Amino acid sequence: MKKAIALISGGLDSLLAARLIQQQGIHVEGINFYTGFCVEGHTNAIRNRDRSRVKRNNALWVAEQLGIKLHIIDIVDEYKDVVINPKHGYGANLNPCLDCKIFMVHKAYEWIREHGFDFIITGEVVGQRPKSQRKRVMPVIAHESGAEDLLLRPLSAKNLPETKPEREGWVEREALRDFGGRSRKPQMALAREFGFEDYAQPAGGCCFLTDQSYSVKLQDLWDNRGQREYELDDIMLLKVGRHIRPSRAFKLIIAREEGETNFLSGYRHQFQTIKTVSHAGPLALVEGAQLDAAQLELACAITARFSQGRDAESVELRFSDREQSSRSIHVKPLAAEQIEQDWVIA
Amino acid sequence: MNDIVEVDARRLFCPLPVIRLQNNINKSPPGTRVRIVSTDPGSMNDIPTWCRINGHQVLESVERDQEFVFLVQKGDGS
Repeated sequence: MKKAIALISGGLDSLLAARLIQQQGIHVEGINFYTGFCVEGHTNAIRNRDRSRVKRNNALWVAEQLGIKLHIIDIVDEYKDVVINPKHGYGANLNPCLDCKIFMVHKAYEWIREHGFDFIITGEVVGQRPKSQRKRVMPVIAHESGAEDLLLRPLSAKNLPETKPEREGWVEREALRDFGGRSRKPQMALAREFGFEDYAQPAGGCCFLTDQSYSVKLQDLWDNRGQREYELDDIMLLKVGRHIRPSRAFKLIIAREEGETNFLSGYRHQFQTIKTVSHAGPLALVEGAQLDAAQLELACAITARFSQGRDAESVELRFSDREQSSRSIHVKPLAAEQIEQDWVIA
Repeated sequence: MNDIVEVDARRLFCPLPVIRLQNNINKSPPGTRVRIVSTDPGSMNDIPTWCRINGHQVLESVERDQEFVFLVQKGDGS
């Protein structure tokens, strides 16, 4: 029996593509890549009020619907080069969609060679995405990934040149589809035909690099570090709290509620922190070098603005350095209009 | 085989707890038991689902003090 690995994003297209190939008697297993940027469910997991509204992992759900194994591969470190130096450039935000697809197909190609599988399938549909699924880039993905004609797109196969699995008769080309364009109607009809109802919507995926606000924060991080680098913690922290940069010297990450305060407190050994004492309020991480007296007062006044003492004459806060040496500071909270718009990163 | 492989996935978010479990299971022989502790509530869905689809058994799952503890036994690989 021939064996195929299916790139499973968790969306409808990869679900349908894998099922089309399963129907032809091919043994299919799934592969899903963790880049660090698919953090859709993390906000719920962090925030107190959302902890009960946990989102399922759609890739696992799809694999279970298909009855296939799913291999989840951590590519966080290798993926940095895709984000930082995309050969084919970015989309509307910092999303390197074409380089991303090439990289993932390349990783899948390495995987099939290592595990004795025969070909790769994806849920790509010609013309569906403006950057990575144009007809002219389909062969670019196949070539630059190294997969060449071992890459089969079952949903659009009849719109594309024959691949080895079709040519060799491993799969019947006529039973594949000719989907194209941005309409989702053919996929929804096929889902009904297969009896799939509860699939993930929309098909845009969970990558936060496609999110404008997130991309602005990532660009700010790069600009102020003077280099385009990041660690997994950076990716996580860009999703949490208010990000306020009053000067190039430092940025505040201020929790918006108790769950975020609990989450940020896990970083107290890596950052200077500010916490309100006299009034209920947030924890703030200070990203930057050691603050001077004026910067510290400003950072505390901003943090106090987001506490229950925002209208008080004086709020007491505790400032702690990375070694947990701390001291008490009293400030008058900034008024809302004193927080300049260009300090807020979003 | 009585030893239990301990995996600490606290403060990691989906799918990293699953990846940590997967990587420990993959390098162990069938029958190995792995205990994983996670703080991500998504683990309550994800770890049992991953075990079901990959042929492993969840022997115990407990929630205590906002931590989720699973004892998993590796399947026979079929």
